[in-house]
Amino acid sequence: MGSSVGEFIAFILPNLKVNCWIKRTFVRKKQNFSSMDKPRYLEIITPKRRWFDTRLWELWHYRDLIVLFVKRDFVAQYKQTVLGPIWFVLQPLLTALVFFIVFGKIAAIPTAGIHPFLFYFTGLTFWGYFSDVFLKCANTFSVNASLFGKVYFPRLAVPLSILASGLIKLLVQIMVLIGIIIGFNLAGMATTTLNWTLTLIPVYTLLLALLAMGLGLLFSSLTTKYRDFSFLLTFGVQLLMYATPIIYPLSFARGAMHEILKWNPLTSIVENLRYSVFSSGTFDGLGLVYTAVFALFTLVLGVVFFNRVEQSFMDTV
Amino acid sequence: MERINVEHLSKQYRLGQIGTGSLVQDLNRWWYKIRGKEDPTLVITEANDHDGSQRSEYVWALHDVSFSVNEGEVLGIIGRNGAGKSSLLKILSKVTSPTKGKITLCGRVASLLEVGTGFHPELTGRENVFLNGAILGMTKREISSKFDEIVAFSGVEKYIDTPVKRYSSGMYVRLAFAVAAHLEPEILIVDEVLAVGDAQFQRKCIGKMKDVAVEGRTVLFVSHNMEAVKNLCNRALLLEHGSIVAQGSPAEVVDYYLSGRNKADWGRNYEEKDAPGNAHTRLKSISLEPVREDGKQILTVKSSLLIEISFWNYVHDLVANLSLHLYAATGECVFNVITQLPAPKLACGLHKARCTIPKELLNTGLYYISFMVVKDTSQPLFNFEEVLTFEVLEERETSNWHGKFPGFVRPALDFKITE
Repeated sequence: MGSSVGEFIAFILPNLKVNCWIKRTFVRKKQNFSSMDKPRYLEIITPKRRWFDTRLWELWHYRDLIVLFVKRDFVAQYKQTVLGPIWFVLQPLLTALVFFIVFGKIAAIPTAGIHPFLFYFTGLTFWGYFSDVFLKCANTFSVNASLFGKVYFPRLAVPLSILASGLIKLLVQIMVLIGIIIGFNLAGMATTTLNWTLTLIPVYTLLLALLAMGLGLLFSSLTTKYRDFSFLLTFGVQLLMYATPIIYPLSFARGAMHEILKWNPLTSIVENLRYSVFSSGTFDGLGLVYTAVFALFTLVLGVVFFNRVEQSFMDTV
Repeated sequence: MERINVEHLSKQYRLGQIGTGSLVQDLNRWWYKIRGKEDPTLVITEANDHDGSQRSEYVWALHDVSFSVNEGEVLGIIGRNGAGKSSLLKILSKVTSPTKGKITLCGRVASLLEVGTGFHPELTGRENVFLNGAILGMTKREISSKFDEIVAFSGVEKYIDTPVKRYSSGMYVRLAFAVAAHLEPEILIVDEVLAVGDAQFQRKCIGKMKDVAVEGRTVLFVSHNMEAVKNLCNRALLLEHGSIVAQGSPAEVVDYYLSGRNKADWGRNYEEKDAPGNAHTRLKSISLEPVREDGKQILTVKSSLLIEISFWNYVHDLVANLSLHLYAATGECVFNVITQLPAPKLACGLHKARCTIPKELLNTGLYYISFMVVKDTSQPLFNFEEVLTFEVLEERETSNWHGKFPGFVRPALDFKITE
């Protein structure tokens, strides 16, 4: 356990550094912005900006827009529905129930000593966040084409708002998950022992978010140009769920399959998550480091490509 | 101080469907690029003609455009549809990027390309003001501080907490414009906003635009409304086929534009062998000429129209009338006039007729003319359909209203307030 803690600190530290660096950059640029009220603001428009000229600092100025997009999504989505936000919870609950019957009862796939329903519900809650953010980010351009065609704002505001509204949804679902776990324990259907890694759940969530957004951004640049990708994606994400230990524990897979699954960056998140919540299996710090590197790499690549497409996509849609 | 500087700006678009074969073409382009050769798709330098004659599927929407605008200037941009105005504005407002060239902007840009962008029907007026403001680049604090002003300007105070899907289209547009009008950018881009709203609201909008310019901001104003351009702008720029063909004082540029416009349609000449007509009569030529006291060759509501018709008559001793119909673009006949009675007797050969449509009779808009050659005041020999098409343009004394008058005619009748 000691070594994995060390690995953890090693993983968090550079991450914190990155955070601090981002904050510094943002704050510095913000001051630039406020002095912009005097006409000292200069902008040069040329055919194509350099690959890494992503203008992330502009996002700080548009932070209110991101908040308002999130608000819009919530208000618009649940107006004229009877159950409203209860749908957040109902969806994974019902899916977990179906999985419980199909995979737990009929197929009887072992769930590493965790009550099957809890096993599926935990996995599905976090998987839902990933697939939601991934698919929505990937469709950023096609869904917002008419808006993007009329007015400029940093296009990254849209994926960021998707990330944030997904997060709110996830928080509600986590509350319900906690409630259900407590309920199962009280009813004597499960005994859950807590351990310190529970505090890492925000890290898992962050990794999931970065990964989903990174992949989403990468694919958004592809779906804009070649529409085939949006079909491929909806289908592909469904398949990816089966390539991730959501409905079975990693230990269930043997031999070559086990090795292949370990390379899926989502595997370590899901496996460690179950360790944190149910203390079942082992903690895999190295896996998380791999996932973190993978996620950051994808995100940087995604942002760069997204930024590239942002400048020309109006002529191709 | 220079606010906008545009240097050698070009924008290329691809026509037709994107998708089929584009992957192949992309690979091809990329292959040329890595070999250091010029992009094979970029070498075509045809202007943006809308007559369908071009062979390439790439088109230059803007070609080598350079200009600059100073602080406090209101620059009018005019030109026919497809001349490149919208492309220019889209590049300036960063919606799309240029193919070549460089723009230097000194100050924040806000564009009113289309008001109400991002309005969500389910949200209330209040929520939409904040959302729309944020999309246009305002922070929450800026919007809050101007919120009351925005609502008062729009005149929808009573309904501000109602979802905008229950708004009338007028209320919707007014609220949307109010948000946009309260942006405080150094550079404001305005595209045809005068087309919306009633007269009272238009007056407000124009007032607001003038204020913006007085405050030392820069306005780019695109319009088909020549009077508005003349009244509001202090400089104008004429785009044609993606290039600047004239710039200078609004009055001069507008006149230049109007005199060149539709001139190709102002006359037709035929050789006898392929002239329209039949064995009884054929059309040699028809022409239209605006007649004005100032001598300008422009066709506005204040120009008289001289129409001249030449036709061949093949009927011996024809007792002839010409019957001329003037139609509005929508197909309704505005009037029908005939030549003198009793009808003259014509020998075989070439004959001429003239008709003058007095100034201040027709309204602005598109009209077309058909005429018949009639025998014995009762029997049509041939109907020459749609032989001439022309557009009457606006020319108005200073007025704060810039909308189109309704109706096909706009006669200068004696109508006065007497007491």
